[in-house]
Amino acid sequence: MKYTFPLGAVIVLALIAWLGSQIPGMQYLFGIAVPYLAMALFLGGFCYRVIKWAKSPVPFHIPTTCGQEYSLPWIKQDKLECPVNTSQVVARMFLEIFLFRSLWRNTKAMVYDGPKLTYESSKWLWLFGLLFHYSFLVIVIRHMRLFLNPVPGFLHGLEFADGILQIGAPNLYLTDVTILLALILLFGRRLINRHVRYISLPNDMFPLFLIFAIASTGIMMRYFFRSGVDIINIKQLAVGLVTLHPVIAGKLSPLFYTHLFLVSTLLVYFPFSKLMHMGGVFLSPTRNLANNSRMVRHINPWNDPNIKPHPYSAYEDEFRENMVEMGIPVEKPLPEKTEA
Amino acid sequence: MYDSGKIIPGLIIFVLFVTFPVWYNHGDAGAVPKPELPKVAKKCVLPVAQMRDEHMQLLLDWRAEVLRQGEWGFIKIDGKPFQRSLQNACLKCHSNKKKFCDTCHTYAAVNPYCWDCHFARVKK
Repeated sequence: MKYTFPLGAVIVLALIAWLGSQIPGMQYLFGIAVPYLAMALFLGGFCYRVIKWAKSPVPFHIPTTCGQEYSLPWIKQDKLECPVNTSQVVARMFLEIFLFRSLWRNTKAMVYDGPKLTYESSKWLWLFGLLFHYSFLVIVIRHMRLFLNPVPGFLHGLEFADGILQIGAPNLYLTDVTILLALILLFGRRLINRHVRYISLPNDMFPLFLIFAIASTGIMMRYFFRSGVDIINIKQLAVGLVTLHPVIAGKLSPLFYTHLFLVSTLLVYFPFSKLMHMGGVFLSPTRNLANNSRMVRHINPWNDPNIKPHPYSAYEDEFRENMVEMGIPVEKPLPEKTEA
Repeated sequence: MYDSGKIIPGLIIFVLFVTFPVWYNHGDAGAVPKPELPKVAKKCVLPVAQMRDEHMQLLLDWRAEVLRQGEWGFIKIDGKPFQRSLQNACLKCHSNKKKFCDTCHTYAAVNPYCWDCHFARVKK
């Protein structure tokens, strides 16, 4: 179920676009209306989710730390694992966002004969994740050549670097290979690692299948089924979309509409799914707070201002007589009773 | 909302980043390339639509067969034989690289490495 349902959903979506785009006139739906709607839902949904998160109070000061905290001057602080001020937090966040540093610490629990329990370092997730995210980033930036006219210089550089092997024509992109490889590895990890397989859900599989379908339709269009993939018509449509004067100049391959429809699906799915970790990584209180709870008091926003602090001294004042009666030690003795 | 001083600028940067193509082009889609067609011939080796979509693969197949298997072969256009060659066939009719090849390649930011070895004839 957790494999067939998401796989079936991707196949149905692809078929809708493939067959739908062949009906005369429907090209405007799949080529223009759906992408606009998807982009609007993506941006709107993304902002909605971030603002909703920003409205949630953080009741406790909860940075996760895995190193020596700021202490006495002769004790060396671990500035990245236990940041104490904003610049250290920024450094930690930078490494988290650009290098997925916390995945570097991923461990795998194994039980051996004995019985002996071990926690071995398991860097596969980090490696596959890094490979996937950077490939996807380069692919998204590379697609800007279809949306920008004239094409800015840095895109030529990226295009050159990505196609540096000069294999075939159109030139083979390295990222096309690495993204498929990374997706297969990430999916394989969910199949083969039984701990991860047990906790995998359909909504973990769906984005994997969807992005795999997007990448493979793109690759098929570029290298294998070029009929009806006139890049000039496609660029005309893409530039038209972003200049708000979209035109469909010629007959385009159903493969192209399928690719576009699946990308639109991804955009719509994005804000309402686990893919929001793109925005969420910036808003994780366990990462973006400095471990300075002994220097700065964290006020819980939920606190009712009518409830005043009630320190121990006040507590003792309230219950001193009962405490003395029960033989519980008190800090301040009962006032001497004056003999009448 | 908490931390609105960081959230709002962050979201604005994100939206500007995503909509980069909109304000980069500022509403101007630019001219669609119109490659100059040769006057000497009316037909190419394949129909126009197929040439547009697949010419790069055709050229690559020619290259492989000519260079690796030594099969030059001849193609016929309107009964006239042509050698399978970029410089000796394609560029015979499409004699102006700037006005033919480059128009679309520049538009779509394609840098084919044909020209690493081949050179375009300069018209006298």
